[in-house]
Amino acid sequence: MSAVLTNPEGVVSPRTIEALEALAAPLGRDELLWASGYLAGLAAARSGDAPRAAPATPAAAADAGRWLVLYGTETGNSRRVAQALGEQLTQAGLSAEVKDLRDYDPKALRRARQVAFVLATHGLGDPPEGTEAFFDYWLGERAPRLEQLRFSVLALGDSSYEEFCGFGREWDARLEALGAKRVHPRVDCDVDFEGPAAEWRAGLVETAAKEARPAPTLVVANDRAPRPAASRHTRDAPFAAPVAVNQKITGRGSSKDVRHLELSLEGSGLVYEPGDAIGVWPENPPALITALLECTGLDGDAQVEVRGEPMTLRRALATRLEITKLTRATVQACAELAGDEDLARLLADADALREYLATRQVIDLFAERRPRLSAQELVRALRGLTPRLYSVASSLEANPDEAHLCVSVIRYERFGRLHFGAASAFLADARREVPVYVEPNDRFRPPRDGSVPMIMIGAGTGVAPYRAFLQQRTLHGASGGHWLIYGDRTMRDDFLYQVEWQRWLADGALTRIDVAFSRDGPEKRYVQHCIGERAAELYDWLERGAHVYVCGDAEGMAPAVHAALVAAVQRASGGSAERAEEYLHGLKTAGRYQRDVY
Amino acid sequence: MTDKAPSPVEGIKERSRFLRGTLEQSLADPVTGALGHDDVRIIKFHGVYQQDDRDLRAERAAQKLEPAYNFMVRIRIPGGVLTPAQWLAVDALAAEHAGAAMRLTTRQSIQLHGVLKRNLKRTIRAINDCLLTTIAACGDVNRTVVCTALPEQSKLHREVYAHAQRVNRHLLPATRAYHEVWLDGEKTEIPAGGEEPIYGATYMPRKFKIGFALPPSNDVDIYANDLAFIAVARDGELVGFNVAVGGGMGMTHGNPRTYPRLAETIGFCRPEQVIAVAEHVVGVQRDFGDRSDRSHARLKYTIDDRGIDWFRGELERRLGFSLEPAVPVRFTHTGDRFGWVTGEDGREHLTLRIPGGRIRDDGERRFRTGLNAIAAVHEGDFRITPNQNLIVANVPPERRADIERLVAEHGLDAFTGVAPLERDAMSCVALPSCGLAMAESERYLPEIAAKVVALLEKHGLEDEEILLRVTGCPNGCARPYVAEIALVGKAPGRYNLFLGGGRTGERLNELVRQNLAEGEILAILDELFADYARGRLPEEGFGDFLHRAGVVGAPAGERRAAAS
Ligand code: SRM
Ligand SMILES: Cc1cc2nc3c(=O)[nH]c(=O)nc-3n(C[C@H](O)[C@H](O)[C@H](O)COP(=O)(O)OP(=O)(O)OC[C@H]3O[C@@H](n4cnc5c(N)ncnc54)[C@H](O)[C@@H]3O)c2cc1C
Ligand SMILES: Cc1cc2nc3c(=O)[nH]c(=O)nc-3n(C[C@H](O)[C@H](O)[C@H](O)COP(=O)(O)O)c2cc1C
Ligand code: SF4
Repeated sequence: MSAVLTNPEGVVSPRTIEALEALAAPLGRDELLWASGYLAGLAAARSGDAPRAAPATPAAAADAGRWLVLYGTETGNSRRVAQALGEQLTQAGLSAEVKDLRDYDPKALRRARQVAFVLATHGLGDPPEGTEAFFDYWLGERAPRLEQLRFSVLALGDSSYEEFCGFGREWDARLEALGAKRVHPRVDCDVDFEGPAAEWRAGLVETAAKEARPAPTLVVANDRAPRPAASRHTRDAPFAAPVAVNQKITGRGSSKDVRHLELSLEGSGLVYEPGDAIGVWPENPPALITALLECTGLDGDAQVEVRGEPMTLRRALATRLEITKLTRATVQACAELAGDEDLARLLADADALREYLATRQVIDLFAERRPRLSAQELVRALRGLTPRLYSVASSLEANPDEAHLCVSVIRYERFGRLHFGAASAFLADARREVPVYVEPNDRFRPPRDGSVPMIMIGAGTGVAPYRAFLQQRTLHGASGGHWLIYGDRTMRDDFLYQVEWQRWLADGALTRIDVAFSRDGPEKRYVQHCIGERAAELYDWLERGAHVYVCGDAEGMAPAVHAALVAAVQRASGGSAERAEEYLHGLKTAGRYQRDVY
Repeated sequence: MTDKAPSPVEGIKERSRFLRGTLEQSLADPVTGALGHDDVRIIKFHGVYQQDDRDLRAERAAQKLEPAYNFMVRIRIPGGVLTPAQWLAVDALAAEHAGAAMRLTTRQSIQLHGVLKRNLKRTIRAINDCLLTTIAACGDVNRTVVCTALPEQSKLHREVYAHAQRVNRHLLPATRAYHEVWLDGEKTEIPAGGEEPIYGATYMPRKFKIGFALPPSNDVDIYANDLAFIAVARDGELVGFNVAVGGGMGMTHGNPRTYPRLAETIGFCRPEQVIAVAEHVVGVQRDFGDRSDRSHARLKYTIDDRGIDWFRGELERRLGFSLEPAVPVRFTHTGDRFGWVTGEDGREHLTLRIPGGRIRDDGERRFRTGLNAIAAVHEGDFRITPNQNLIVANVPPERRADIERLVAEHGLDAFTGVAPLERDAMSCVALPSCGLAMAESERYLPEIAAKVVALLEKHGLEDEEILLRVTGCPNGCARPYVAEIALVGKAPGRYNLFLGGGRTGERLNELVRQNLAEGEILAILDELFADYARGRLPEEGFGDFLHRAGVVGAPAGERRAAAS
């Protein structure tokens, strides 16, 4: 105990120490760790308004105590954790610099002494978009040793993916292999990352504090950091945006239900730019909650605690817990809590588990296995609910106080049961208000210079940000060409925003458009086929300085589009595949090849 | 009117380079299911109409989707005759591209509805593969030539039909555009003198329609055609045709320059003169028809503007001979004769009622399946009647039982057990496909016909043959203006009521009241049926009665109250 509550500087009064000891006495190890993170979080949160405590000790060996916090993010979670860590380090009297990996010179790592990495996994076990340059260098064969480096990794991920935190783990192992010293163990976070991330931060700060006491300075060296928040509404304090329009925009014959939503941001102070996403906190579908209660035989009115907060089970299932996406953790919890041996066997068989998770949602597990759990056990077995992101499909300048979204609704029947996508179904039914925040994305922006041409490639709802781009660019009279390459299932029923593209095409705002409708012909046709057919023009546009954008499906489309771009550049330039890859790599580094895939 | 500027359509035709237009580009444009503006006009000459599902217009506008564009493909079937193999081939296309439905038309053709742009080429190629075509099934050209359908008078009918076919072929456009666009024919140089010896570069001022009738049947409503050939026989031998000109149904609400008109008989020609007469009637209209106002561009207006004598003179000058005096002919009925009829040659013909001309499977009525089953065993041919019905023709007597069994099995005996009014009633297509429809027609006819029959029953008149026709607008595609009772669409749920046509297609009816809702129509009919039941002469038809009773026919001021 006293090891934890060392107080060499006398920052804390003996009374406080007493109180803390009393509080801590009944807690187990996990709870203690959680509490440490919790307190650290509190400290970070307060650092904004409370006058910062004077440095406890004058600057010691300045550089020795300086921590660099490098984050790799796509959807902002890692950035948030990194920033919290930065503040916490500063609070603890250390000095810290927080930096986006995309802005970090790869070679500078050789000179770094102490680095905390907050690293999300994307794609299929890949690093976040835009960080490839860094990792290509350090994962490459010729990477120099890093004996001087002391590090810790926080991996962000989603256990519904097979490569759970795959990239964070890989990086952690790689640093070790390069001779760097891990000063604090890696923590892998699932989508409800707040708790484990707080633990990791607390642990790291403690370790760091033990070692050095430099003057606390916090440098957030990141010109990509979100704009100074004009709004009090954030991820954790979302704005209840009134729904002004909720219109299905796929035709009757469509196999999909895609919605165009117009949300009012009036009075929220929220601002966004084309390329940003809107985060939505869903409420789980009532029908699904009913079904889950029925499978478990539990009473929705039963009292449970979620993160220390008492509420009814029904409320917890509606607003706090993930009851759609199924993860290994939930399967495991069921196996253990209910002593289900079949599930235990499943967990031991990687292939079978993968197949199981890929085809099932939470409801299937409970309907099929009927594990007998108490209400509180159910809460423990389920993951915390997380917000979903939707690309903003409008320009704020063109639509003051509005944010438009284009949402593909997940709702299907399988195994005789109804399945839902938590957020998309919530939005589909939303008539009144939706809790939202703005998730900035500076890696996906139209060129500032209106004379720079743009090639926009997207399938399905991936076309949404391009609507925002065009609204914005036409408003400013951008003269650079705009080329849309778009794909979906059928022209008749799935051509999202068809009449708007037609109008832009007619008035010249859209220079050209190529479309691929996969179900309209005898052969499947996708956006990558358009790219293949237009190699020469595409290369010509690139040579004229065009920026390329790719948005939409990460798993199938993005890699196929990338391959098609490589092939097109290769064919048009007459070079080798390697040269073409380099060419695109160059575009990427120059910020001219931007992707927003999910 | 000749000094007025030509209508924009004239320019489109002229620029189209003999109907090529920019069809290839329009067909290839992947961003829309529609064609470019001019091509919408040009494609008609290829037998194709651009339409959109009007039921979905508002919904799709909200969905930010363009209208549900699709195409109606009209096959050109002169005289309505086709082989079982052709029937099956067209059905297969319908199954693939047109919602498994075919639509028999009032000019003996088949329409496929709802064909998507990307499937057009495939569809048209397949139609040509089975030796049918769609060329000039629409557009400012001579349309499908119609001909009395039922080959009861076997030998005469064969001859008359042969003339119809010959005229049909003679007046087809000669351009190679059709081949180039649809059949991937090679692109050929357009010869210096153009490609159209008969039509010229701007084709006709408007559609042109030719029919052949073999009395006593006027199933084709022969006087509704621009040019009518009415067969004259002596001792069972075809001696020639009475020639009538200037028929047409179409009018525009509120435009007195437009009106339905029956063709006028101007003389008689011998069989060997038929082609020349047809070509020169077309020639006169080509040169003198109104090319500035399309609503006033049919031959009927050319004749009324210049006089029938002028017309005959101009025609005979071109022919180089005079028409002989017309021979009196007698029609006994319009419409079809349902059930079995034995031809003079002993072959049997079964006329089936196809409500609304729609061939599709619908509950008990499995018309599509049934007719395919018949086509699979049938040794004769099929004949589409000018009243949207179908004849299983030239059945050897020994096969009659087989056909009858298939008919019964598939609910194809819809002509039995219905009141004559319902059986003979006819509607045009109208909503949701027809872009010109102002009110429902095909979808409404079953309902209104049943209500009218109920009224007839009330007055004990349910066995009377009374001719009811409904159209969704005044263009008159179901030839309403010769019916005894006609409802002509004015607005959703509103119709103009016309009364007083006859049973032989030789008299126009008259507009009696405008803009009526169903209740008002039924109230008027109720009253008139009561009068008819009370005051009719033996065998007197309803239309004739209305004339005698002064409901129609008399100068407006002297008409009866119900009709004012
Ligand atoms: C299918 C058919 C009616 C039916 O229920 O069977 C039909 C359907 C149409 N007619 Fe007709 N007409 C059809 C026989 C007629 C007839 C009857 C006849 O010829 O015996 C007439 C009256 C005779 C006449 O020509 O005057 C007729 C007079 C019109 C008119 C008015 C023409 C005029 O000059 O007044 C139009 C409108 C136009 O041409 O602008 C029209 C236009 C149309 C169009 C193509 C609408 C359009 O232009 O966009 C309709 C397509 C509806 C659809 O969705 O299928 N249709 N149309 C008939 C096809 C015949 C064929 O196979 O070629
Ligand atoms: C930066 C970013 C931008 C995005 N922009 C958009 C956007 O503009 N529009 C948009 O619609 N989405 C967008 N998304 C995706 C969006 O955030 C959600 O992931 C998506 O809507 C699904 O969330 P949900 O809550 O409805 O479904 P969840 O509750 O998360 O359920 C998803 C689960 O349902 C199952 N599932 C889904 N579909 C099927 C299927 N067809 N068959 C079988 N099982 C299935 C799978 O188990 C899957 O894991 C974006 C994502 C990111 C990261
Ligand atoms: C397109 C996409 C692919 C992802 N792929 C993986 C994956 O392969 N493995 C994993 O553990 N998590 C994966 N995730 C989950 C993210 O790592 C997780 O949402 C994380 O919190 C994102 O952090 P960030 O906001 O800093 O980018 C993926 C997320 C997205 C949107
Ligand atoms: S009569 Fe009018 S509504 Fe009916 S099919 Fe002809 S054009 Fe269309």
